[in-house]
Amino acid sequence: MDIFLQQVINGLVQGSLYALVALGYTMVYGIIELVNFAHGEVVMVGALVGLSVIERMAARGDTGWGVIAIGVLVAIPSCMALGLGIERIAYRPLRKAPRLAPLISAIGVSIALQQLAALIWGRNYLHYPDVLANPQFHIGGAVITQVQLVILGITGILMLGTWVIVQKTALGRAMRASAQNPSVAGLMGVNVDRIIASTFLMGSGLAAVAGVLVGTYYGVGNHTMGFMLGLKAFTAAVLGGIGSLWGAMLGGLLLGVIENLGAGYLSSLTNGAIGSNYSDVLAFLMLIGVLIFRPSGLMGERGSEKV
Amino acid sequence: MKSKVWLGLLSLALIIALPFGTDLILGRSWVRLLDFALLYAMLALGLNIVVGYAGLLDLGYVAFYAVGAYLYAMLASPHLGMHWPLWALLPMGALVAASFGALLGAPTLGLRGDYLAIVTMGFGEIIRIFLRNLNVTNGPAGIDLIDPIQIGGFSFGANHSLLGWDLPGIYSYYFLFIILTALIILISHRLSDSRIGRAWSAIREDEIAAKSSGLNTRHLKLMAFAMGAAFGGVSGVLFAGFQGFISPESFTMGESIMILCMVVLGGMGHISGVIMGAILLAILPEAFRPLSQFQQATFGHVWLDPANLRMLMFAIALIVVMIIRPEGLWPSPVHRRELHANDSEAGSSQKAAL
Repeated sequence: MDIFLQQVINGLVQGSLYALVALGYTMVYGIIELVNFAHGEVVMVGALVGLSVIERMAARGDTGWGVIAIGVLVAIPSCMALGLGIERIAYRPLRKAPRLAPLISAIGVSIALQQLAALIWGRNYLHYPDVLANPQFHIGGAVITQVQLVILGITGILMLGTWVIVQKTALGRAMRASAQNPSVAGLMGVNVDRIIASTFLMGSGLAAVAGVLVGTYYGVGNHTMGFMLGLKAFTAAVLGGIGSLWGAMLGGLLLGVIENLGAGYLSSLTNGAIGSNYSDVLAFLMLIGVLIFRPSGLMGERGSEKV
Repeated sequence: MKSKVWLGLLSLALIIALPFGTDLILGRSWVRLLDFALLYAMLALGLNIVVGYAGLLDLGYVAFYAVGAYLYAMLASPHLGMHWPLWALLPMGALVAASFGALLGAPTLGLRGDYLAIVTMGFGEIIRIFLRNLNVTNGPAGIDLIDPIQIGGFSFGANHSLLGWDLPGIYSYYFLFIILTALIILISHRLSDSRIGRAWSAIREDEIAAKSSGLNTRHLKLMAFAMGAAFGGVSGVLFAGFQGFISPESFTMGESIMILCMVVLGGMGHISGVIMGAILLAILPEAFRPLSQFQQATFGHVWLDPANLRMLMFAIALIVVMIIRPEGLWPSPVHRRELHANDSEAGSSQKAAL
């Protein structure tokens, strides 16, 4: 089996999931310049809500992609409501406050959601039931599974859909205007509060899909799963250039591939001194590296801070 | 002036009497809790320099605590067979933690505060991955049989007796921690009134204005960050010697959040407020204990895990404080003025309009 090709395929799949989460970070950051620490937790809630639904249906004997689809369809509105609530309760009152305030509030939301999830779903790892046959396909010495193909397809479609909404619709134009200058956008008749809320809505919807897909792909879910995922997706967003949609996509894929290649080769390159359990460290080092050498990211614009 | 002296003497007497009184009324385990409260107070004062003075959000502060603790544990325990003295390890702990702080702060402090927050959060996790996987740190099992703190021939871990009163180690540690806390308070206090301290508040209030007034904001921020890290390292050294056993699980994200909560709840930038926050939150878990006993007794099962509930409360406190009272429960007068400068203006203009 071709290890290199295999790791690239796994990396692309993992990376496309990062990208989907990174979109939420990048859109919110683009419009209100806030790192939404709670975004990883929205993904976690999506995964666990999906899990509960899928478990119920699997217990009745239902199988196939329909079950997953229903899980996603329940997770999306749940996460959207959650995202909207977070924005309304924890961020909106602090929009004009000193910069430290919304950041502290954001970390508060993130921890609160983790603990609430632990109260609801318990602290143990929960297993996604096996509802898919998941056939495998061979290409050039590597294996790609049906789940992986579906993940790549869905993330591709969602990316394209997000781009169309942001670039081609009236809502998207209002979003871009609000990101550029909220007060002038307001003068032009844009309801900035509503635009910000819809940004959270879109990001949370994407997070819900990402959550269920992550759960289906890795087979487990837990109240802490959003933390590392969020950190990596944020790294992906920064790598691609925060605020840029295609940057999030590119950053996610790149991070996924590098991480998987690292996990595959790190041990043999260093004679076993550094094992694959350090692959999380790799992502973190990349974040530091990007911040040192190109803080605006691969596709971001270099700009000075707004006064 | 004279009444001030009396007040000082009275509080000194109270501080000396506190562990004895606590022991008599609440029992010995509460003296231990008092020691932990002082450790947390030192940590919170260190974080206060970063968050309260300079306005930088550090979400992985406990990592520096871990650096100090592991440094002491490795160099003063049978684990590597080394038994270095405290006078060497205490400054070393401060220095090593400060270097980690500088290493981490240097790439991010030139950028927006959000990046520092997320990088420190990541670092807090990454350091745990290292602690769990390295051989030098003995992996997930941690290091035990750590030497108790010793100064000269006096061991803080041993039993002593004074005037017929039997004094176990927790008493000696109490007085050691009180002296060190007092020292950190003094440093914090002197810093806040110094040129550097005023530069920090300028940066906190308006970084761009501070920069254009000729302050080297990057250096100043780095200094605050490294100094906070150094205090974290010192507290870690003390923690390892006091506890005698450490493992990676002592240094979780939850701890960082708890320390942040102490600073934010007490009042960012205000020394008395931060100490009050630290003592309050350090004792809180004890108050939760009856809750789980009650559940165990009535339902035969703990439905609401107290640790879980405690973290939830901290998190909600962070949000609520930010929205309702960003200056904290016991703010410094200056900070309150800064945060509410616009309120009175808005109020008076409203009145004028009426």
